[in-house]
Formats: sequence, structure tokens, C-alpha cells
Amino acid sequence: MAQPIPIHPSPPPLAGAGEKHDNAIVARGLTRTFGKLVAVDHVDLTVARAQVYGFLGPNGSGKSTTIRMLCGLLLPTAGQIEVLGYAIPQQAEALKRRIGYMTQKFSLYDDLTVRENLEFVAAVHELDRARTRTRVGELLERYWLGEQREQLAGTLSGGQKQRLALAAAVLHEPELLLLDEPTSAVDPQSRRDFWDSLFALTDAGTTILVSTHYMDEAERCHRLAILDRGRLVADGTPHELEGALPGQVLLIDCANARAAQNALADLPGISAMAQIGASLRVLGAVGAEFRDTVAARLRAAGITAQVAATQPNLEDVFVAATRQAPKPAAKARA
Amino acid sequence: MNLRRLAAIVVKELRQLRRDKLTFAMIVGIPIMQLLLFGYAINLDIRHLPAAVLDQAHTAQSRRIVTAIAQTQVLDFAYRARTPQDLDALLRKGQISSALVIPPDFERRLVEHDRPPLQIVVDGSDQTVQQAVRQLAALPLRTLLDPDSSVPPANVEIVNFYNPGRRAPVNTVPGLVGVILTMTMVLFTAMALVRERERGNLEFLIATPVSPTELTVGKVLPFVGIGLVQVSLVLLLGVAVFAVPIRGSLFDVYAASLVFIVASLALGVFLSTLAKSQFQAMQLAFFTFLPQILLSGFMFPYDGMPRPAQWLAEVLPMTHFMRLIRGILLRAATLADLWPSLVALGAFIVAMLGIAIARTRKRLD
Repeated sequence: MAQPIPIHPSPPPLAGAGEKHDNAIVARGLTRTFGKLVAVDHVDLTVARAQVYGFLGPNGSGKSTTIRMLCGLLLPTAGQIEVLGYAIPQQAEALKRRIGYMTQKFSLYDDLTVRENLEFVAAVHELDRARTRTRVGELLERYWLGEQREQLAGTLSGGQKQRLALAAAVLHEPELLLLDEPTSAVDPQSRRDFWDSLFALTDAGTTILVSTHYMDEAERCHRLAILDRGRLVADGTPHELEGALPGQVLLIDCANARAAQNALADLPGISAMAQIGASLRVLGAVGAEFRDTVAARLRAAGITAQVAATQPNLEDVFVAATRQAPKPAAKARA
Repeated sequence: MNLRRLAAIVVKELRQLRRDKLTFAMIVGIPIMQLLLFGYAINLDIRHLPAAVLDQAHTAQSRRIVTAIAQTQVLDFAYRARTPQDLDALLRKGQISSALVIPPDFERRLVEHDRPPLQIVVDGSDQTVQQAVRQLAALPLRTLLDPDSSVPPANVEIVNFYNPGRRAPVNTVPGLVGVILTMTMVLFTAMALVRERERGNLEFLIATPVSPTELTVGKVLPFVGIGLVQVSLVLLLGVAVFAVPIRGSLFDVYAASLVFIVASLALGVFLSTLAKSQFQAMQLAFFTFLPQILLSGFMFPYDGMPRPAQWLAEVLPMTHFMRLIRGILLRAATLADLWPSLVALGAFIVAMLGIAIARTRKRLD
């Protein structure tokens, strides 16, 4: 009963000949296996230019593997990829001049200073010396690293390292940025600042593919894909995804939310519950009958509660899409 | 290959090296420590040394003495020389390590024994060879030739070429140049290349236009310079502390060292393609040290080793460098004299780099 629900409110357009220039990334049937493990399972992706496209998914859902295949670092087991008009992996070398890639783990040199790291990356991209000087100066200012200029990268704070990594990834002004969980080691203020700088880049025409497991970040994306165990389980704008949630969200206000959760634990039709402070958020079947059933069950348990339908949010979508099948069901399938 | 990128990688490596105090200390510390540690040589009972005979007497007696000495099995008379100049050339090229010289007036000297009737010339630059040949001086010549003779025994004269003082460091120090270069060059390159992968820098780099060749050459180039500095350091100390002679040309010394440095770096690059972590790289490097130190002729003379060990030794770059550096420093040989060793090192470099490049892919899987 509790299979994840695929949510595709507006199916991604298939790439035609004329669409080449509108989409930065088109992937069809993208699959990658490691031995018996299917890390990415027939994923279809279409990312429009000058947008922030989010990859939302739990750890191990295949986000990093997908990003690595898109920039040619890993060979797909099956499927077609076209990035900025290049067929990948065949034309990966040509693509590498036009993309910026920020790895999940800090991958610049700890034993070089901020300036030395950026100068090295500039040389790698064949920027001449004059251009290197202006560009490094610009980026140090834009990403507030002026004071850390001569500091070893290994001694920077999490937020500073991440800004340095972003500066290195955009140094050669790439058309496409692939960011693999860029904010995982960063405080909330730095995360907000970081996202502001991402939108500054899309305003200038850069396409950004960013993976995250933060809901607030996913909410800010132009478009969003939810990955779960290698499969694409939802794809759309955050608003579309919330609107297309199959089911309704009930907010239960009562004196003892934990008691209410226990009372509803085995009620059929409930797909997820989460306590938010003093209230309980219940994701369940559509229709007024369901709300009445919930209210009746609570009354029977002697709990006085107010049950009201509420607007679904992205977390509800995420929970509905990535919910694990119950253990016995999983066994039956295997 | 893009020069701007190559230069950037070299500069980056040098900057990192400058901040890596331990590696920096090892570059200078290893040569000094090894040089002082290997103050001694290891002696062995040696047989079958390649030798030449120069028989100027051509008598029945002289032929009998050659047979008698051959029967001791210490010397193998592989060459017959016509003139003393022949002997010189054979010795200098390292084709023989000793020679038996029978003077034209051999029989007269045997009877009158005013001068030694026989001369054995030995390449004294190898301590162990020299000692083995010295045993021959004690041979009872008279009994060999004529058991009933009543003439008092005549003596064999040993002429010690290249190392008249019979000092061990003269032989050890040139060999140490090879040992030190092997240890530092192979280890440092293998580790430097694997470090990039281990620390995650490679994932960033392979998403850029850097080519594997640029990355490898850029990372290895600084070590060529470091290797030459080490050669200078060992030679300087060897000359100053142990009075090691530099008889050949200094240019040849550096040219031979440069070829050997590149061969060791190539081995390091190859090992880096096998190792997943810096620790594994270190283990692999040590795995190659032992045969190189034991079989190259640094510790035990090549000629004294069993045949299979000699075949293995021929594959090791250090064996060839030992021949080159000892030949040039101690016997005043030229690179032209020792060309087979240069060819062998060249072949080793091509093979190692070929395998390494074939194994390098610009991907994570």
C-alpha cells in the first residue's frame, strides 16, 4: 500500500532538435550500477538554461553519482546525456572548459593560500596573467575573502572554504555550474548568503544544478527533482509539486500531540505523521471522510483536538515521494 | 601539453613542498644520514670474476700457470688480451674486474726471482673483488709448476688499479648516490601523485581541462631538480669527508644521474597508478627498494651472484646506474664506454611511462 508516489505534474519536455539551445542539460534513461547496486536508475532530466535546478534526496539517493555522470567524471551504464549541446561522455573534454564543478568535499589545496589556489585554477583554465589578476581580485571581493587572501585554505572556516570553492568553480565564467551539496558544512546565515550569490549568477545567464537535502534550499529552486534510491520520484517547480501532492495534509492541534500520534499510529490511509511543536502534521488520503475518520479516532482515544486541512509544503511532498515501503512489503518484493 | 598549465602545476608543487617540512627535511636528511651510515662495506668470498689474460711469455710454463689459476675458480678468463692497452680498455668498460699479466721474461724471473714473475691487475674500486683476488697472491707457484723443484717460492704481485689505498668508501659512496636517488625519487613521486587522489583534489582537477600528462609531468618535474641537488650533496660530502675521487667528467656524472633520476621517477609514476592511498604507495615503493639495493651490485658484487639473480638485476634501473656511476667516478670511463647501461635505463623509462599512461584515465571509475 505504501509505495512511493511518483509526482510529475508537468512531464519534462523531450529534447527535440529545436530545443537544444533552451536546455542546458538533457538526460534520458540515465543509469549507473556499481556491482549489484543500482545507484541511478533510468533518470530523465531536463534542465532549462539560466535556472537554479535542485536535486533533493536523502543520502545515497544517487545525487552525486548523477552529477558526476553529467560532467563526464563517471561513465553511465546506460542512457543518453547531452550537456550544453555536447554528447557526454564522448565530448566530455570539450565540456570541461565550459562548466564549473564544486565537489561535496572541499577539493582545493589546504596547503595553498586562498590567492594561490585561485591563481592555480585560473592557470588551469588558461586565463592570461592580466585577466587572472582582475578576476581573482573581483572574486575575492564578491565572496568576501579579501582579508583571507594570504591565509592557507586549510585554516578557513566552513563558510569561507565554501565561498572559496564557489569562487574557484566560477573563475572561468562557466555557462553551467554543478554544485554537489555545497552547503552541507555551513551555518544558516552563510547558506542564505550563498544562495543569494547563486541567484546573482543565474541573473547573469548561468545555469545551476545544485544538490541539497535542505527543504528551505529546495524551496528556493526554480525547478526541483526529488531522487530516491536512484529513481527520479518527482520533478517540477516547488509550487507545482506542492499542488500535485496526491493526498491532503491535516494539522491537528491538541494538548498532547504525542498521545494523538500514538492513537493514529495504525489508522489506514495515513502515509506519514510529524510532530511540529505542539501540533501534529498528518499526510493522508484525499477527501472529507478521511478527516472525519481521524477526528473520530482521536475522540475515541479521549483526545480533544482540532483537525483542519492545511496547505501542503515541500517537506510533505518529499515525505510522500521518498517514503520507504514497510519492511514486510520490501521482503515480499525481494 | 599546455605550458601555462604545466608551469602552474610545477609552481603549485614547489609551494606545497616548501610548506611540507617533513618531506623537505627528508630531501636533505636522507643523503647525509645514509652517507654516514654506510661507512662500511660488506665482504664476501667471491668466485668467477670476469678476467682477461695477457700472456707475453707464450711458453709451456706460462700456459700451465694460466690453467692452474683458472682452476682456483676465482677468475674466469673470458678475454685474451694482446697488449696492455687492451686490458686497460676492458677494465675501464667494466667488462673485466681483473687480469693476469705474464711478462715476456716470465721463466727468467721464476729462476732468478729478482722481480715477481706474475702480475694480477685488479679493479680495486670494488672492495670485495679486490680481496678475493688478493687470496691468489698466496698461491704456491713453484709447487704448481714443478713439485720436485728446490727453488724457493716466487711470488705473485697484485697491482691494485683505481683504489690503491683499498678504502671501502671509494666504492660505497658512488653506489650511495644510486641508493639515495632510488629511495627519495620513487617514494616522493609515488606519494605526491597519490596524495592528489587521496585528498580529493583529483575530483576537482579532472573536471577541468588539465590533462593527465600535464598533471604527471608537472608534479614530477620539481623532483628532477631535487634529485640533482641530492647528487651534488652526496658527491660533495663524499669528496670532502671520504676523499672519493671523481676521475671521469663531471658532465658525464650529471648526465648519468639525470637519466637515472628520470628512470626512478618513471617507476614512481607507475607505482602511483597501482596505489589507492599514500600508505599503499609507500609500501609499493619499499617493495622495489629491497631488490634494487641487494641485487644492483651496491651490496654484493654482481659477478658473485647466482645466474637468476643476475637476470633480475639486469631489469633493475639501479644495477645499470651502479655500473655507470662507478665507471665514471672511479675508472674514468665515459658515457660512450658504458652505453649498454644507458640503453637499458632508456628502455626502462619508456616501459614504465608507457604502462603508466595506458593505466591513467581522466575519470573516477
